[in-house]
Amino acid sequence: MSIAKNNNKKIGWFSSGTPWVWISAGAVSISLVMVFGLLLLIAARGLGYFWPADVVMMDYTERDGTEIRLMGENRETELVPLERLLDAGYQLQGHSGDVERHLLKTGNRDLYGMDFRSVIEPDITNYTVPDGVVVIERHEWGNFYGFLKSVKEDGAVIAAGESARAALEQRLERSLLLHDEIKHIEKIEIGAINYQLERLRLKTRKLELSNTLDPQREQQIAAERAEAQQRYEGLQKRLNDLYTQINRDSLVATVADGREVEIALAKVVRIYRPNEMGFGDKMLHYFDKLWEFVSDEPREANTEGGIFPAIFGTVLMVILMAILVTPFGVVAAIYLREYAKQGPVTRVIRIAVNNLAGVPSVVYGVFGLGFFVYFLGGNLDALFFPEAAPAPTFGTPGILWSSLTLAILTLPVVIVATEEGLSRIPRAVREGSLALGATKAETLWRIVIPMASPALMTGLILAVARAAGEVAPLMLVGVVKLAPSMPLDSNFPFLHLDRKFMHLGFHIYDVGFQSPNVEAARPLVYATALLLVVVIVVLNLTAISIRNRLRAKYQAV
Amino acid sequence: MNDSREKRHAIDMSALGRSNAGLSLDNEEIAINVNSLKLFYGDKQAINGVDMQIPKNRVTAFIGPSGCGKSTLLRCFNRMNDLIDGCRVEGEVTIEDENIYDKGVNVVDLRRRVGMVFQKPNPFPKSIYENVAYGLRLQGIKDRRVLDEVIERSLKGAALWDEVKDRLHESGMGLSGGQQQRLVIARAIAVEPHVLLLDEPASALDPISTLKLEELIYELKNRYTIVIVTHNMQQAARVSDYTAFMFMGDKIEFSDTDTLFTNPREKRTEDYITGRYG
Repeated sequence: MSIAKNNNKKIGWFSSGTPWVWISAGAVSISLVMVFGLLLLIAARGLGYFWPADVVMMDYTERDGTEIRLMGENRETELVPLERLLDAGYQLQGHSGDVERHLLKTGNRDLYGMDFRSVIEPDITNYTVPDGVVVIERHEWGNFYGFLKSVKEDGAVIAAGESARAALEQRLERSLLLHDEIKHIEKIEIGAINYQLERLRLKTRKLELSNTLDPQREQQIAAERAEAQQRYEGLQKRLNDLYTQINRDSLVATVADGREVEIALAKVVRIYRPNEMGFGDKMLHYFDKLWEFVSDEPREANTEGGIFPAIFGTVLMVILMAILVTPFGVVAAIYLREYAKQGPVTRVIRIAVNNLAGVPSVVYGVFGLGFFVYFLGGNLDALFFPEAAPAPTFGTPGILWSSLTLAILTLPVVIVATEEGLSRIPRAVREGSLALGATKAETLWRIVIPMASPALMTGLILAVARAAGEVAPLMLVGVVKLAPSMPLDSNFPFLHLDRKFMHLGFHIYDVGFQSPNVEAARPLVYATALLLVVVIVVLNLTAISIRNRLRAKYQAV
Repeated sequence: MNDSREKRHAIDMSALGRSNAGLSLDNEEIAINVNSLKLFYGDKQAINGVDMQIPKNRVTAFIGPSGCGKSTLLRCFNRMNDLIDGCRVEGEVTIEDENIYDKGVNVVDLRRRVGMVFQKPNPFPKSIYENVAYGLRLQGIKDRRVLDEVIERSLKGAALWDEVKDRLHESGMGLSGGQQQRLVIARAIAVEPHVLLLDEPASALDPISTLKLEELIYELKNRYTIVIVTHNMQQAARVSDYTAFMFMGDKIEFSDTDTLFTNPREKRTEDYITGRYG
């Protein structure tokens, strides 16, 4: 009796479903932990990069016994087993257990030939955090760490010692303003003139090709060209002027080992003194750097500066992709679900569409290159842009082909989701519309598609999430390491679909694997990855909020 | 045993307080003429050759057990069965001197003239105003004043105006079931049909909404020819002038409601209305 009772209890616990609840809850928590763990990891690694660490100075005994003085930021500390260091040739008598090894960012690549070096704790003596260290971010050669000595104007020292500091701040402000102006003229104004000259050249060529280049037109074009040329010369003169002004000032600083270095202020991006900054100042500096990262253009083979062009390219490409894929997918889904006669043919088409979603993305890239770029683009060039030949216009990878390739890649998701949505619209509502004298098309357009639009948005959300993270096909059809100009600018026709673009996913790959400066680039990989996730999340949240509004509006029965 | 010859009536017509005495099909103008109508779903025959004359500006009820073909017959009158794959119709249905199964018939135009209300309220996910305006917009009417006027008239005609006049631009999905069904009726009468088909319009409603709906049907019959399919014999007796009893795809009996319920000719009709099957 009691055994039977006991058995009943056991069976009761199993059949009550409690174990399944635990298992499912466990699976959900593991997924959550993994997602948040991933985000935390890349956030911690990526965001720490912008914090202005203290600059430390130390005397260090090299493996061969020479003493050097080092200065830099301690980027990373790890514990290394003693054996490994002994194998590497370090002399570590009297030590046991693991040894601390620091990765020091010493900067001054122009002097040392490298930005980073690792030092082991036992060989360090005289570890200090000296006052008066300046960190100089430069347009080339990376960061500089040293002590300010004097400020020069036209080669003559005008301030030294204590007074140099104030003089430097004032002159730096001036040179930064000049730098901005030079950049504006070079990139935007001269860029616009070059663009105009190129268009004039193409126009002439086009008229030549069609044999309609009469003297009057020729004269007109020549006049326009002369006018542009004149503006260019004016700007060039102004540029020369600005360059002399900006090259006026320089600073002299000593590095840790006492060597003196002269740095032109024209090359300086930012100067700060981390060892003298309080927490508030460091926060300010941090957000300043963070803002630079998301809003500025990259420098030094993408390892410094910002990644704005990559953010912009990613978002623009995804938006173009969404604009292209939505009508395609919706029309295909409507035909399959509403008009096509259901039977073996539609079943085969559905299976084919579903399988398309499983094709590796790089295959789409190859298809995009072969079909869009070479075939479509090549023919477009031959038909509409003969004047630019032999330089290709659309017959080369670009943002349009990238968006189209990804549109095909994400088409199955949109079709499947839209079909699902269409099939869920109750028959009663359709019949209600038809009974009022609506045709099938009117019923679809006025009732069914609006009601199915939330499902369509779900498909689009999935499509955007997939497209924004895709890199492999883009490498074949339009993404580049560094794009000279953005696909959207102030030159007519503003949206340049033929241009190549930068992409966050490719940027991660490029910085992480192709960079000449791996140590410097590593935190950037995390920061860029985090930004890519943020961009995708923002795009998705936008789509989700649109979907929720549509849902509220077209709430089904 | 001898009692079985005595007529047992489920419904006491005199208690309904209505009088249809004197109605006779011979004196009526005919709105819908059904001539040996057969309907097949694939190989299965659902209607076996029905002949019927439905009088104009009267309420005609179809009663019968589930699956007897009464809804199917109703849906023949505005060709809603066309939408079902494998559905085939033989015979004639003449509405306003036109056989609606002729080749050149404009189905869209037919459905404008023959409105329909379904079993479950099916308002569109739009505002009350836009629900009623739907049929008019389909006809290309955009003038705000015309729309306002027709919508008010239709909602008043469907006895819904007083309840919704302050919230015309709120969603029609937010109304109660009974209100939704009246909204759907307003939507149907907004396009001025000549015939109104009601397919079990009260089956999803509570008793009070049902009562309101029946009162509405009573009022509407002055202007429209109404055909109503119902499971509820009480309802048929209450609202209709004429009643057809259908069984297994056949029209068994068709006469004025009083006669059908008090003095049916057919044994099967009597069995059904006295509750012996169905």
